[in-house]
Amino acid sequence: MSEITSLTITELQAGIRTGEFSAREVAESYNAAVAAARALNAYTVETPDDALACAKVADKARAAGEELAPLAGIPLGIKDLFATRGVDTTAGSRILKGFHPPYESTVTGNLRKAGAGMLGKLNMDEFAMGSSNETSAYGPVISPWRRKDGSNSAITPGGSSGGSAAAVAASIAPGVTGTDTGGSIRQPAAFTGITGIKPTYGRCSRWGIVSFASSLDQAGPMARTVRDCAILLEAMAGFDPKDSTSLDLPVPKCEAGLSSDLNGKRIGIPKEYRIDSVPAEINALWDRGLDWLRDAGAEPVEISLPHTKYALPTYYIIAPAEASSNLARYDGVRYGLRVEGEHTLNDMYEATRAAGFGAEVKRRIMIGTYVLSAGFYDAYFTKAQKVRALIKQDFAQAFRQCDVILTPTAPSAAFGIGETTDPLAMYLNDVFAVPASLAGLPAMSVPGGLDAQGLPLGLHLIGNELDEQTVLNAGLAIEERAGFSARPEKWW
Amino acid sequence: MSVSAEQVRHIANLARLAMSEEEIQRLVPELNNILGWVEQLGEVNTDGVEPLATVVEQKLRLREDKVTDGDCRDEVLANAPVAEHGFFAVPKVIE
Repeated sequence: MSEITSLTITELQAGIRTGEFSAREVAESYNAAVAAARALNAYTVETPDDALACAKVADKARAAGEELAPLAGIPLGIKDLFATRGVDTTAGSRILKGFHPPYESTVTGNLRKAGAGMLGKLNMDEFAMGSSNETSAYGPVISPWRRKDGSNSAITPGGSSGGSAAAVAASIAPGVTGTDTGGSIRQPAAFTGITGIKPTYGRCSRWGIVSFASSLDQAGPMARTVRDCAILLEAMAGFDPKDSTSLDLPVPKCEAGLSSDLNGKRIGIPKEYRIDSVPAEINALWDRGLDWLRDAGAEPVEISLPHTKYALPTYYIIAPAEASSNLARYDGVRYGLRVEGEHTLNDMYEATRAAGFGAEVKRRIMIGTYVLSAGFYDAYFTKAQKVRALIKQDFAQAFRQCDVILTPTAPSAAFGIGETTDPLAMYLNDVFAVPASLAGLPAMSVPGGLDAQGLPLGLHLIGNELDEQTVLNAGLAIEERAGFSARPEKWW
Repeated sequence: MSVSAEQVRHIANLARLAMSEEEIQRLVPELNNILGWVEQLGEVNTDGVEPLATVVEQKLRLREDKVTDGDCRDEVLANAPVAEHGFFAVPKVIE
């Protein structure tokens, strides 16, 4: 039974349909694997009964000869940012302790409609603010990967979707949901040797996802293969009248459209992404990635994205500003934590928020409040929105010359827990991921190889607006050629 | 531009975050570091550039003016730290 957890979603679908194994066996295998992997701290809540109930529906449908839903009997891990009816939804924060949403997020609802069950909720950086999972109120997720140096020191899975990434890498979920505001799907996917895609802003409904920065937040799937990501994305995406920024477009047939034949496609290589401080092995992998795409029939083109260096500072004005506004709702009145203040209602607000938010969240609320405050709004926030317009324009111009852009996903491999303590140094993790977020573009990370320490490195593909298909196809071409089969050795 | 301890206290108050003097003192250099770094945006010429608020151009939709999600008071109140008589309850605001 243990080998069930090493199968891809595509293989699970086939196995359940042919009767090679039952959906119940799939759920039981995963429930057991989840319970045996608590040392990773990947799940904040386990919901084995949910996975079993969904399996029962799938097995019953098959026995009755009915047509199975696309994800019938596939149990998934759900990032703790998604509202799940009646199940703890805390965004990795103390301030949402005990919150049981009376509703289901549109994305998880879509996955349920497609037949999927839930293995549990996945740990994450508090309110998705972090790149290492260390800001979680539940403590950091430990990556299943370890350096080859024999030290056994704990490595971060990246963040903010760190629990999601670790779960897929450790085979305690065949696929998971993530969210990406400035790299939170792609950087952890790269750090853990898995695949993850952030679709075009508006493809997946934000309804029922705890808000961080509303103009940037976007849900997406993380899984072992490009095909699995395509299957999950199709199930998650779709127009939702309950989200005013949801795109009223048909869901693209991502899986049926998969093809690694890139003849006629032009691959943009942005010269501004060649940074001296990035380890040579990462730039070498980037070159290898281009060779793989060339081998698939594509033609390389050098492009320029002149405002690249301003993307991170722009992001660190816009995202905290939106966050400070979104997080104003946590006031100890309607849900979550309340700490009684000394006297007044205002004391209660201040005491609740002081006790409920962690240090990084407070830092960002402070920055956001400052850049939105009277006298500073234009100098910071409006200025950042203007630079954001220029960054988007850079991409629009680049996509006149190319069809998809290739870069490294992150400027380093995974680092050790506790190794990066300076907030600014932590922010630099997303230097390659943030520009696509600011422009709302689809982007994905696929594993490319291991570094000298034995840790995974990812390649990053950025596509034009609404063109998830070319991103997935280029990802597939890399996947077929990289032959990345390394798995973390089980120590947990 | 750099922020002073007094400004940090003012921002903490705007953000409704109770903070000890020690926290304020720690945040002053941290915030100045981050603000100093984001100020490099000043180098960018943005004359005549419209600020971008939404990345994907779309018209805001209108919906029918009708309640679609009501009759769930108790479900909503179930998450409140304190609820009384069918309302959210807060510390007394009027003496």
